[in-house]
Amino acid sequence: MNAVWNAVMKIYGEYGASQAGLSLISYEPEEKFAVVRVGHKAVEMVRASLASITSIASKPAAVHVLRVSGTIKALRKKTRL
Amino acid sequence: MKKTYSDLHLCPSLNSLEQASRLIEKASQLGYGAVAVPTPKNGDVQTQGLRRVCRDFEVDFVSRVDLRPRSPDELLRDLRKCRRSFEIIGVLCDSKPVARQAAKDRRVDLLNFPQLDYRRRFFDSAEAELASQALACLEIDAARLLTLEGADRIRLLSSLRREVATATDFHVPVVVSSGVSDAALLRKPLETAAFSSLFGLTGKLAMDAVSVNPSALVTRNREKLSSRFVAPGIKLVREGKDC
Repeated sequence: MNAVWNAVMKIYGEYGASQAGLSLISYEPEEKFAVVRVGHKAVEMVRASLASITSIASKPAAVHVLRVSGTIKALRKKTRL
Repeated sequence: MKKTYSDLHLCPSLNSLEQASRLIEKASQLGYGAVAVPTPKNGDVQTQGLRRVCRDFEVDFVSRVDLRPRSPDELLRDLRKCRRSFEIIGVLCDSKPVARQAAKDRRVDLLNFPQLDYRRRFFDSAEAELASQALACLEIDAARLLTLEGADRIRLLSSLRREVATATDFHVPVVVSSGVSDAALLRKPLETAAFSSLFGLTGKLAMDAVSVNPSALVTRNREKLSSRFVAPGIKLVREGKDC
């Protein structure tokens, strides 16, 4: 989650990051899958920030958005988890 | 109708078909329906190999050549040689005379500028006016924005924002491509569109930059390259004695 925070801060600054309302709902390291909560007005902002991540802990990495949904229930259904 | 997302600037090493194959596979996984890989002017062998790879991954292959002329005359010579052989022609404008010639020539599809040399980014209002009349597009590679950091990225974003505003004012279509050689730097079309908001392409304009604009360019050029094309708006529908 630090990588996400850092990416948002790097691009939009502390003011932008404060508007995103970011929080981690769940993270499954084996599946390399995380559910992140974000304010609906900041979805595009977070999407752009996630796209800008090229490394995590000095290792090359990329973060892709699989699905965006208004509720966790619908999100689970969409991602079939 | 479902949108086709296109990445018109994948840059794998052409010596290694395996690397190109990895990149094209990743593009296909991320949802791109069409990709273009710049090949040399006489790169028929590479084009055939890439076309085969694209067929395997069910991605539409668009042939592309990138010209880097040193003078307007050289550009005209190259265009004469290449226009009928490639679906997309991109010109990297290193000097102002070349940029102006490229912008006013209807055979040029994409105008590209040196990413890090800010004094050589010649996309001003005069260039935009010429480009809008000649139907050329401004191409922006996202790769540099991902790899640069700090002051360099800020400077690049600032000049891109200025160029995009000029392009929008003069109705010059903007095409956002990846420009990557490494599959790890490839992003989904929606992510690229979201990233484009950093330099002033928002909402529909950003989505068009990864879908409608590149697709329109490819469709238009394929139509022109087809044997049935006569002139803009005129094409051969039927031929024979009963016409």
